[in-house]
Amino acid sequence: MSTPLVTNTIGKPINRVDGVEKVTGKAKYAAEFNVPDLAYGVVISSAITKGKIKSFDASDALSLEGVLQVFTHENRPKLAWFDISYKDQDAPPGAPFRPLHNATIKYSGQPIALVVAETFELARYAATLVRVEYEELTHETDLEANLHKARKPKHGVADLLKPPPPKPRGDFDRVYAEDPNKVAGRYVHSAEHHNPMELFATTVSYEKNGKLTIYDKTQGVTNSILYVTQVFNIPFSDVRVLSPYMGGGFGSGLRPQYQLFMAVMAARELKRSVRVSLTRQQMFTFGHRPATVQQVALGALADGSMNALYHDAMSETSKFEDYTEVVVNWGGQLYPPENVTLDYKLVPLDVYSPLDMRAPGGVTGMSALEVAMDELAYNLGMDPLQLRLKNYTDHDYNQNKPYSSKELRECYRQGAERFGWPSRNMEPRSMKKDHNLIGWGMATGMWEANQMPARAEAVLMVNGKLRVSSATADIGTGTYTIMTQIAADTLGLPISDVLFKLGDTDMPVAPISGGSWTAATVGTAVQTVCQEVGKSLLKLAKNMPDSLFKGAKWEDITFSDKHMRLKNDPNVAVSLQTLVDLNGGKAVRETSTGLPNALKQRNFSRATHSAVFVEVMVDEDLGTVKVTRAVTAVAGGRILNPKTARSQILGGMVWGLSKALEEESVMDHNFGRFMNHNLAEYHVAVNADIHDLDVIFVEEHDDVVNPLGVKGLGEIGIVGMPAAIANAIFHATGRRVRDLPIRLDALL
Amino acid sequence: MNSFTYFRTDAVDTAVRERASEPTAKFIAGGTNLLDLMKENVEHPTHLIDITRLPLTTISDNVDGGLRLGALVTNADTAYNEQVIQRYPLLSQAILAGASPQLRNMATDGGNLLQRTRCYYFYDTATPCNKREPGSGCSALNGYNRIHAILGASNHCIATHPSDMCVALAALEAEVRVTGSNGERTIPFADFHRLPGDTPNIDNTLEPGELITAIDLPARGFPEYFQYLKLRDRASYAFALVSVAAALEMEGGTITAARIALGGVAHKPWRKPEAEAALVGKPANKENFQAAAELLLAGAQGYEHNAFKIELAKRVIVRALGQAAKLEPTA
Ligand SMILES: Cc1cc2nc3c(=O)[nH]c(=O)nc-3n(C[C@H](O)[C@H](O)[C@H](O)COP(=O)(O)OP(=O)(O)OC[C@H]3O[C@@H](n4cnc5c(N)ncnc54)[C@H](O)[C@@H]3O)c2cc1C
Ligand code: SF4
Repeated sequence: MSTPLVTNTIGKPINRVDGVEKVTGKAKYAAEFNVPDLAYGVVISSAITKGKIKSFDASDALSLEGVLQVFTHENRPKLAWFDISYKDQDAPPGAPFRPLHNATIKYSGQPIALVVAETFELARYAATLVRVEYEELTHETDLEANLHKARKPKHGVADLLKPPPPKPRGDFDRVYAEDPNKVAGRYVHSAEHHNPMELFATTVSYEKNGKLTIYDKTQGVTNSILYVTQVFNIPFSDVRVLSPYMGGGFGSGLRPQYQLFMAVMAARELKRSVRVSLTRQQMFTFGHRPATVQQVALGALADGSMNALYHDAMSETSKFEDYTEVVVNWGGQLYPPENVTLDYKLVPLDVYSPLDMRAPGGVTGMSALEVAMDELAYNLGMDPLQLRLKNYTDHDYNQNKPYSSKELRECYRQGAERFGWPSRNMEPRSMKKDHNLIGWGMATGMWEANQMPARAEAVLMVNGKLRVSSATADIGTGTYTIMTQIAADTLGLPISDVLFKLGDTDMPVAPISGGSWTAATVGTAVQTVCQEVGKSLLKLAKNMPDSLFKGAKWEDITFSDKHMRLKNDPNVAVSLQTLVDLNGGKAVRETSTGLPNALKQRNFSRATHSAVFVEVMVDEDLGTVKVTRAVTAVAGGRILNPKTARSQILGGMVWGLSKALEEESVMDHNFGRFMNHNLAEYHVAVNADIHDLDVIFVEEHDDVVNPLGVKGLGEIGIVGMPAAIANAIFHATGRRVRDLPIRLDALL
Repeated sequence: MNSFTYFRTDAVDTAVRERASEPTAKFIAGGTNLLDLMKENVEHPTHLIDITRLPLTTISDNVDGGLRLGALVTNADTAYNEQVIQRYPLLSQAILAGASPQLRNMATDGGNLLQRTRCYYFYDTATPCNKREPGSGCSALNGYNRIHAILGASNHCIATHPSDMCVALAALEAEVRVTGSNGERTIPFADFHRLPGDTPNIDNTLEPGELITAIDLPARGFPEYFQYLKLRDRASYAFALVSVAAALEMEGGTITAARIALGGVAHKPWRKPEAEAALVGKPANKENFQAAAELLLAGAQGYEHNAFKIELAKRVIVRALGQAAKLEPTA
């Protein structure tokens, strides 16, 4: 049983506890840890897409004074033999890519050598002097041209978190054929790269005893240490990985990237500290959001009740791993049609394996499904919001379970009201100002509310302050802040008395930080371990002479204002300082695991929902789109900190806009290479693109997801945005655009 | 990036002499383009001559009533200069439509003229490119060519000149003052940049080693009727898909002089004297603007990903002229 929290800071818009460190430049990132005698590595990337390296000539590079080594597959150290050793916590089924494994080139930009020198500039120069001869083979990188090769994904542990589509139910073909109202469409989405501002980098400090301290850019230090110890066959005790800050993750750090491998290899071989930083161009040479082709068909009766749903997707993957994501399942969870067919296939291409990117699969699938819903509404002559309400359900028909909570109806209501949706004229092209057509669109968003096991440690120190730690990550989301709040509230301390630390493999283990599960996962671990400290304190209290807590059970006490108190008589209190003083001069220290309550959870489907309303202005002659305002109403369980929560949703909305209108990693299939590999030509939204954004958090109570009632907010902000924009563009212009991104030429 | 030596001087003649003494040397001004190209291994100067201390950092009146922009005045200082804003607002508008505040603070007016194309292949040494490596082929021709030319291109190169500032300078008929081992000369703006032909490696008509010292703006600045309109893939900080510098002189509703230059469509800012002449003596209206647009785009050729630019350019021309003539709102 958990005690209810006596809330002091939870739910309050506390500033980021690491805010000052970040804006003053004190927060250090992986490439900023300076250690003595550091050498610098620069990666050479393959110029071809498929084939073999015939030869290297590194003689010119090596002849420069200060160049220490050029590592290639020919002179790399012996490494782990089996694929399993290269598998990380986010590895899809297949054989992970192994840097410098052999002469084979599997994709364009593949790292083929590492030049290490005394200075970065020298290494970079020397890298240009290494001559490589290739034997080229024909590559396949074009998804559209290879759709006939689509096949079912291989199964693996990834299926647990990314379930394959459920079996068909009902009879889609027959019912759809007979439906009076139906729509069908094909949706093509481009590949995208995460492009966090911080480049991937690893600094390896080679200690005197040969041990390694590694500063890595990662969304999970545990993932990095497992990878390094297995691949290089080093004992755990000889490696420590730290990642206190991350300049944006978005999923890009869910797998160890190749700079980690390179830096560790070089440090061990040269017995020297080494740093390897990738270039922006190289940020396009590992995982990306896969290009997809989807088809959606929806059928409904004249009153708007949907009875038929078809959704299939074909997604690219590499030829070595079956990267999957949940693209097509959402409609079967969100809506109640009885005749449902969902299908998901992969097309292996000569590219690097795709990688989870904010709301992986979710934003892809919902950007098709929710556009189809809009089309269906128009087909029916029904308001798009009314169509959603007509098909509202509290049941997840894919899993055949009720939702643990689903305040989506309230999202629709509050979002519509704030936006002014009820006054909408359904007619496309009905609003105009000068050259601009104005349109209003809406869409639903959805993401799962997961929880994983994690461990945490809490120490009530002799000075009465609390130090809590877990080897999780703060990828910019506010983990530091909300964990501080949870710990503070659990033990009734002000946040200034709590220090939360993360990102260090010396700390208790936590999973990679992704999937919007960190708040629930680590939050539960932090709450649990602080309660353990509380229980130890209760024991100490009971042992006091003439203790008023003698007969008290854990359920009878509460913490507030730096004191332990009896619930039914809060004046009976003892300060935490007094209690820790009773511990024989020692701190009170506990470590424990926060586990999902599987028994409770398994009877329910758990998800976060949102309703998004968007206004666009489209220049009728020039095709330019301006998103003038957007409202997102979110049902995301308990909001621990409205400020960091709002930032998460705003960030998601901005990215949703960016995805809808701008982002595309353009592959030239002649070369099999992403060509716009810089931030001047890979367009992400800039300030001038962003206008009025509004966020509403709808109240939602849920004691199934976890005792804190938290669902996680990392992904939900992006999910509904692209479809809402596409729908608003339809309302403005009467043109239904199904492919993303929607640029001006699509609207000329 | 290769290793290089570095030299700085505050005298123009020393800079020119230093440059002449080493054929593989380059001037460096703001460095916003050159350094990127060096990092990408596209340019490899062995010697850098820093010209930022040269006394070419002022904006001053010319005797002919025009204005002289020193080659090392920054783009930001030019755009926000009182004289420029009042007498050549088109130029100010064009500069501010480009890059970002940080870049404009570093970038110089001389450097802006000499910035190189943003063609993806030009920047990526793993791909063939005639401009970077003559004779290696043009990858854009059958590759991804959204940002490429629709006018004046050749089978050897379909790159565009990416500058915004230069589009306004072309419309204003500026002159480029240069100095080299053979002395000083002045190049009319229309002759400064060139079409790719079969030597796309050569961007302009500057002789090797010549230094730009100033840009001269003629007295006529079209301060009344003007518009720089830039279309791009996001609202700011992106190069033009198509841009138009439109400048008019009008009496009543009648056009008495017209200048139209296009950016983002060719290897140089694109002008067509016939199109401009066709407007003179005509009322400012949509039909006449449309006719001018058709003349400007005559002979345009689209490629796989940029054919839309032909129609887009016409519409942008019509809009920009309408805005310049104050017939349409500029928001
Ligand atoms: C991300 C990004 C976005 C940008 N967006 C835009 C945009 O939207 N619109 C736009 O117009 N521009 C844009 N720019 C380009 C920018 O305007 C140019 O890089 C800048 O004007 C170049 O000036 P500079 O002084 O930095 O030149 P440098 O980089 O110093 O030099 C460029 C070239 O000119 C030569 N050079 C410089 N000065 C002289 C001189 N006086 N005489 C002879 N040779 C000289 C150098 O040798 C070099 O070859 C962008 C640039 C970047 C990096
Ligand atoms: S268009 Fe010009 S710059 Fe681009 S690849 Fe072709 S030759 Fe090179």
